[in-house]
Amino acid sequence: MSNKPVRVLVGKVGLDGHDRGAKVVAKALRDAGMEVIYTGLRQTPEQIVEAALQEDVQVIGLSILSGAHMQLLPPVVELLRQQGAADIMVLAGGIIPPEDIAYLKEVGIAEVFTPGTSTSDIINYIREHLEENE
Amino acid sequence: MDEKEKREQLLQARAAWEEKTAKVLAKHPERKEFKFDSGLPVERIYTPLDLEGFSYLERLGFPGEYPFTRGIQPTMYRGRLWTMRQYAGFGTAEETNRRFRYLLEQGQTGLSVAFDLPTQIGYDSDHPLARGEVGKVGVAIDSLKDMEILLDQIPLDKVSTSMTINAPASVLLAMYMAVAEKQGVPLEKISGTIQNDILKEYVARGTYIFPPRESMRLIVDIFAFAGKHVPNWNTISISGYHIREAGSTAVQEVAFTLSNAIAYVEAALEAGLEIDSFAPRLSFFFNAHLNFFEEIAKFRAARRVWARIMKERFHATNPRSMMLRFHTQTAGCTLTAQQPDVNIMRVAFQALSAVLGGTQSLHTNSRDEALALPSEHSVLLALRTQQVIGYEIGVADTIDPLGGSYYVEALTDQIEKEVLDYIRKIDEMGGAVAAIEKGYMQQEIQESAYRYQKEVETGERTVIGVNKFTGGNEMPMDLLKVDPAVGERQAARLKEVRATRDAARVSAALQQLCRAAQSKENLMPHIVEAVKAYATLGEICGVLREIFGEYQQQVIL
Repeated sequence: MSNKPVRVLVGKVGLDGHDRGAKVVAKALRDAGMEVIYTGLRQTPEQIVEAALQEDVQVIGLSILSGAHMQLLPPVVELLRQQGAADIMVLAGGIIPPEDIAYLKEVGIAEVFTPGTSTSDIINYIREHLEENE
Repeated sequence: MDEKEKREQLLQARAAWEEKTAKVLAKHPERKEFKFDSGLPVERIYTPLDLEGFSYLERLGFPGEYPFTRGIQPTMYRGRLWTMRQYAGFGTAEETNRRFRYLLEQGQTGLSVAFDLPTQIGYDSDHPLARGEVGKVGVAIDSLKDMEILLDQIPLDKVSTSMTINAPASVLLAMYMAVAEKQGVPLEKISGTIQNDILKEYVARGTYIFPPRESMRLIVDIFAFAGKHVPNWNTISISGYHIREAGSTAVQEVAFTLSNAIAYVEAALEAGLEIDSFAPRLSFFFNAHLNFFEEIAKFRAARRVWARIMKERFHATNPRSMMLRFHTQTAGCTLTAQQPDVNIMRVAFQALSAVLGGTQSLHTNSRDEALALPSEHSVLLALRTQQVIGYEIGVADTIDPLGGSYYVEALTDQIEKEVLDYIRKIDEMGGAVAAIEKGYMQQEIQESAYRYQKEVETGERTVIGVNKFTGGNEMPMDLLKVDPAVGERQAARLKEVRATRDAARVSAALQQLCRAAQSKENLMPHIVEAVKAYATLGEICGVLREIFGEYQQQVIL
């Protein structure tokens, strides 16, 4: 892996305004030496993908607590694929029941982090799996 | 022995005890450093020396009397228990109506409506941005039709209803009034609350639509209108709950909430309203978090600070204007997905702190809310928790039972002082609106949230099941699932409403609203007319979006 810092887009997809988790994770990733772009609230899947491509990130971290994850997360992966950017790692975090996690992973979300996750687990996950992909 | 001698004696006794304790500490150090979220230390013991100059009448007084530290009513829970009010709503109006009627049958005494996000942000269920969100975090309300179904067979003259709605609060209040009229209930008989607190939306909750100035105008319009037409309606619920959920400390929660409250009062005064004409209908909403005594002291301090602000700063003369009446919800952010049944205990202690702090109404969270919306079984258990506190354990038998505790009084004073420091700082910035525009509150909250998370990760702060006593990760089996077809059903109903209503009346009402929005006229009568014509929430908010524009969030990290 090169010494260039990892670039991560942290985004709030959908209409929910709960951004405590997204901001805490964004800060923790930044403190861990990553370059973090935070989108703010109310992003559509299309906006997320556009921003990710423009910012040339390796990782997208999506936070969602509204329960709309089954409708809003798969399109992000699908749009990336259409844009030939399927190599961007997509992570999700929020209130997501276990049975939905299985489905989300099937459609291409790399990992889903639920409440109680330590930010160091997220940082480690990104570091380990980006190395694998190199 | 006179006071001075008594004090001298006490000082000596304390010095002797401290000396002895130092020897014990040298051999057996304490478990950790003890401190509040604000960073101030928790002392080993509190004594009369921590309350020097304490004047009972000045600081506490009697319940129902200024400065209301001990409670806002003269008999408190001996007269009537707090209102047990579980926040509920999901799916369609039919489903939520069923849940409401179930809760009322189980002894709940007030309703609290959760709306879905499209409703809260002023989009109809068939709007492209509503994708996936319809009926998810609350009930979908698009038009008066939905509201009629939501409140079907619920006696609006007997049940008070709280509605968590902010940017489009005016529209939902108008709908509620219209349903009451259809039920034949006179408007002066209906009671309830609209949250209507836009400032904390910019800071912590995120369901804003319009820019601050226009939003403040809508709020003042509601104050003026409601004072005349729905005198028993709480026109705003100024909320610290979400500020705390976003990560603030207890002190920041109260300070930012009261700063926001000051901004609303000033806006109303500026618009020419008289203080005692609207202030008695202001209500508040706080969080009951984990530090038991700090929370109790927080509620008591909030009451005292507000009473003084209203009397000394705004020269209110009606005691009701000085009473801080509040709803409490237990802290959602303290619920864990791990070992969810442990949440039942957390909720019980938090609820107890709210009761010991003198809350007027209470929502207890359900054990499964870190996983999904609560199941009916979990909600019932949460309601039963309140009932145990109210009916079985005697804590509601006397007023403010912790009043006079050296610890609780010292803590109440300390929180009051810290809150006043923050309020002063925000005043110097030009008030809450300016502080929010500068991102000051957001920054403060974020820093606290990050510190909290770090403390959990270093183990400095214990979270059972997460960083200590892990294992035994049982999952409740009956998680609630919202039917994904809700969106289609809502879209179909919308189509029907649009096809069957009087189109000319709708467009006339929306035109009037558009015209009024460009003048200084009170918007409420126009919103009422549009609602009665079955204009949809999205259409009404759409008109206002066009005139007022939309708030653009500043992204602060």
